Amino acid sequence: MSTALALAAEVRSGRRSAREVVEESLAAVAAGNGELNAFLTVVGDEARAQANAVDAAVAAGRDPGPLAGVPVALKDNLCTRGSVTTCGSRILEGWRPPYDATVVESLRAAGAITIGKTNMDEFAMGSSTENSAFGPTRNPRHTGKVPGGSSGGSAAAVAAGFTPLGLGSDTGGSIRQPAALCGVVGMKPTYGRVSRYGLVAFASSLDQIGPFATTVEDAALLYDVLAGHDPLDSTSLPSVPEPTLASVHDGSEGIRVGLCRDLVDGCSPDVAARVHEAADALAGAGAKVEEISVPEFAYGLSAYYLIAPAEASSNLARYDGVRYGLRVDGEDAAAMNTATRTAGFGAEVKRRVMLGTYALSAGYYDAYYAQAQRVRTLVMQAFDRAYESVDVLLGATAPTTAFDLGAKVDDPMAMYMNDVCTIPSNLSGHPAISVPFGTGDDGLPVGVQVMAPALGEAILFRLARVVEAHAPQVAGS
Amino acid sequence: MSADWEMVIGLEVHCELATATKLFCGCRNSFGDEPNVNICPVCLGLPGSLPVLNEQAVELAMRIGDALHCEIRPSEFARKNYFYPDQAKDYQISQYDRPLNTGGWLELPDGFRVGVTRAHMEEDTGKLTHVGASGRINAALHALVDYNRSGVPLVEIVSEPDIRTVAHARAYASELRGILVATGASDGRMEEGSMRVDANVSVRPAGTSAFGTRCEIKNLNSLRSLGRAMEYEAARQIALLESGGSVDQQTRHWDESAGRTESMRSKEEANDYRYFPEPDLVPLAPDAAWRERVRAGMGPMPSDRRAQLAAALDGAPTDAEADQIKAVVDLGLDGLVRAAAEAGAPTSLALARAANEVAAQSEAGLSLSATTFAALLAMESGGQLSATQSKAVLGALLERGGGDPAAMAKEMGFEALGADTLSAVVDEVISAHPGEWERFVSGEDKLMGMFTGEVMKATSGKANGKEVAAELRRRRG
Amino acid sequence: MSDHEERAPGRVTLSREDVIHVARLARLDLREDEVELFTAQLRTVLDHAADVAALDLAHLEPSSHPIALQNVLRPDEPRESLDRGEVLAVAPEVEDHQFRVPRIGGEVP
Repeated sequence: MSTALALAAEVRSGRRSAREVVEESLAAVAAGNGELNAFLTVVGDEARAQANAVDAAVAAGRDPGPLAGVPVALKDNLCTRGSVTTCGSRILEGWRPPYDATVVESLRAAGAITIGKTNMDEFAMGSSTENSAFGPTRNPRHTGKVPGGSSGGSAAAVAAGFTPLGLGSDTGGSIRQPAALCGVVGMKPTYGRVSRYGLVAFASSLDQIGPFATTVEDAALLYDVLAGHDPLDSTSLPSVPEPTLASVHDGSEGIRVGLCRDLVDGCSPDVAARVHEAADALAGAGAKVEEISVPEFAYGLSAYYLIAPAEASSNLARYDGVRYGLRVDGEDAAAMNTATRTAGFGAEVKRRVMLGTYALSAGYYDAYYAQAQRVRTLVMQAFDRAYESVDVLLGATAPTTAFDLGAKVDDPMAMYMNDVCTIPSNLSGHPAISVPFGTGDDGLPVGVQVMAPALGEAILFRLARVVEAHAPQVAGS
Repeated sequence: MSADWEMVIGLEVHCELATATKLFCGCRNSFGDEPNVNICPVCLGLPGSLPVLNEQAVELAMRIGDALHCEIRPSEFARKNYFYPDQAKDYQISQYDRPLNTGGWLELPDGFRVGVTRAHMEEDTGKLTHVGASGRINAALHALVDYNRSGVPLVEIVSEPDIRTVAHARAYASELRGILVATGASDGRMEEGSMRVDANVSVRPAGTSAFGTRCEIKNLNSLRSLGRAMEYEAARQIALLESGGSVDQQTRHWDESAGRTESMRSKEEANDYRYFPEPDLVPLAPDAAWRERVRAGMGPMPSDRRAQLAAALDGAPTDAEADQIKAVVDLGLDGLVRAAAEAGAPTSLALARAANEVAAQSEAGLSLSATTFAALLAMESGGQLSATQSKAVLGALLERGGGDPAAMAKEMGFEALGADTLSAVVDEVISAHPGEWERFVSGEDKLMGMFTGEVMKATSGKANGKEVAAELRRRRG
Repeated sequence: MSDHEERAPGRVTLSREDVIHVARLARLDLREDEVELFTAQLRTVLDHAADVAALDLAHLEPSSHPIALQNVLRPDEPRESLDRGEVLAVAPEVEDHQFRVPRIGGEVP
């Protein structure tokens, strides 16, 4: 499919109908989703109705919005009213929320067309989309490989050309890492920049919704639609966001880039090589590139795997069979809760819920949870120090290219290691983006990660655009 | 209670705040509606929902803190995690480590001070109805949940264990209720559940200082239950200890009809609530300007109003008047009394009538016009109505929601006898009993009663006894 | 609680009993083989976390948020509630317009 920017321009000008664009998208999904399992739910009728409405607006001379007629894939942890929302879990199989997430409303107001809900690791816990209760998603670039996770479905939908845009959520890297593995752009905004109202919570102080796209420009376009204050989210930043699309081509002249060794050295050599090449490209384009070390990043993984499960153990308590979702009967309410959760949750969710419960429990709170929050402070301070000498940071997104389906499912710790480069900016709440940059030795995509200080989305997209512009051409992408 | 033992009491009062909407969402805060009509994603704990704090709830919570002489300080919200069907998220948003109000006190009418440890904000649960044999939880077959009350704002007020007598416990609850109503924070209706009192009761040998093991007593729906339950519980604990046993720390339910407390919790370990800071809310730190507005805006508290009434009397109040003052302030009728006094009515008469007759129809009393009340009292103190008649007219005025006292008196047949009519009747009676009159005139005072009685008979009771006596004395010379 | 080594940072070993206890707190039923598996897996994660647990960070405040907002409030104004029918339509069991659950066994929090 064409880019979102191009499609929107065609639809807004009347050169192409939104209906036609949507039919193209739906046809692609129908043809390819059986193999990839990117979409769990396709809302064809609804999409057509939305497209008709956009076309009617154009015909009547009304502004249909900046994303007019552009198909979007939504991760299945975003509430869509009347439309099945499972979060990749049996416990919400068939559940239809009675309300829309704020971002869904924003998309609609911008004229975008929601094509359907995409597959994910159950409750966003995972790095491969293999923890879905509804089967894994396959990487479009190599169907024997994982697409990454937890937003694997949206990444695959965009990579496969089903839709030009996708939405995912990123708690420890769940947008950026699948973007890297699938060879698309994936971005996590500053914490609080995009409303979480209607995003089914995994780890509240870390979750953020963000865009998938095939180009940096498209990602900026989508980000600009999503960003802004929401009175329904207390953690939503009150300030008006700086638009990023207009400045995305401003280049990297004079920008100080810190090539972060801690986000490169632990990666496989081919991935590291791509990152160094990206750094060279930036230097060639006028940026001031220097190596920087932030050793505190090494503690991020452990801190994350205490904080996130702790918050998750509390956020997932509501799945108890009482008000919605699965219910498995029991002789009393407590037995019913237990039977329901035991049947409804997969192994990874159970693991993290227990880990989180343990970290918060009496006698352990200070040694684990509170300590992890102190590490968070440590990481935040380390970022602040780094940004005294550089404007952005550069590193790998994921330590390797896409691995085989089934390769890491039995080794949770190995799976968790996939997040080592992405976690630091979740802890700090800073924005970060993954840009495709060539391939590994196996021909699979590599993503390079750019990170900026809080509220630095504009400079983030600018640098990302330069990286993208210098990315090696990849066959078949 | 035997002099060998001392009871130690601390009271926990949950007060529902009189806001228009719930603590974290815009659903109506309303009692008695059809089940589950005041619900939304937030108070139902639907996936993806987020809390946003109600400004007016904070205002009222601050007023409570100020009225109890607490320090109002920067605070944060915390999650209290436990599974229960009336808890929509299976955690309650409350305050734990850093409550809004701390370190206050409440002075009882007799001058005894009870410390207030803290008064923090939290959300209420839904309402459970147990369906089964007796409607009691232990005999239930199943239960029904109504979430209208879920998310209603509460302030939990915890006293220091300073109370030593049942009388003081009741006085504390009563005085606190008056304060909560005076601040506008609550309507203080224990029977509707807007004010719930739990008692922590322990005993210790008289004269010792170490605290005994305490039990928490719940389900106290009136001041009377509070008193009965504490007496029962203290006796139970004393009996246990005197027979060589020990008191288990537990929560006990007061059974009003059986007249005893019963253990509620199972023998398993106490709940580990795994408190941690609520990540979906940001800290609450009312600024100095807001705290000052609260302080400056505080109206008179019950103790202030009792003092004002006492000052309006001639001299120090008698014991009976002190009780009347307390009753009148409790019912909010002190304004009426003061206004009547300002309009010329004798204060102690106004007080007495308000404490008895108006109190009997206190709802109506709150809308009784002070002018009407004063006019009636003037008729009584001026001798046109007897005390009995005045009370009757007052009762009728209250029932009718107001009216003109003179017209009401006439309607009820209490019209004051004109001086001429009375004179004429006295003439008749004297001429009918010449012999007795001679004896009365020469000093047989006991004949006063006979002549008064005859005049009353002749006027069908309409004459004012005092006036008759005065007229007879005047004739005698 | 249960038998494990000192509860000092970096030297705790998660026991089977801990896992069973925590599963009960979280309303999860584990099969015997799951208890074994999860104990081993969680131990690995916690061992990895021992490096963090052992750091001397007493001089740092724990951060529960990555943002420095405070006093986010909303006015006390009613908003439309959900349609009761739409909500109850997806509820597992309904009676008298309420959510029906099995009897609640003695444990009241």
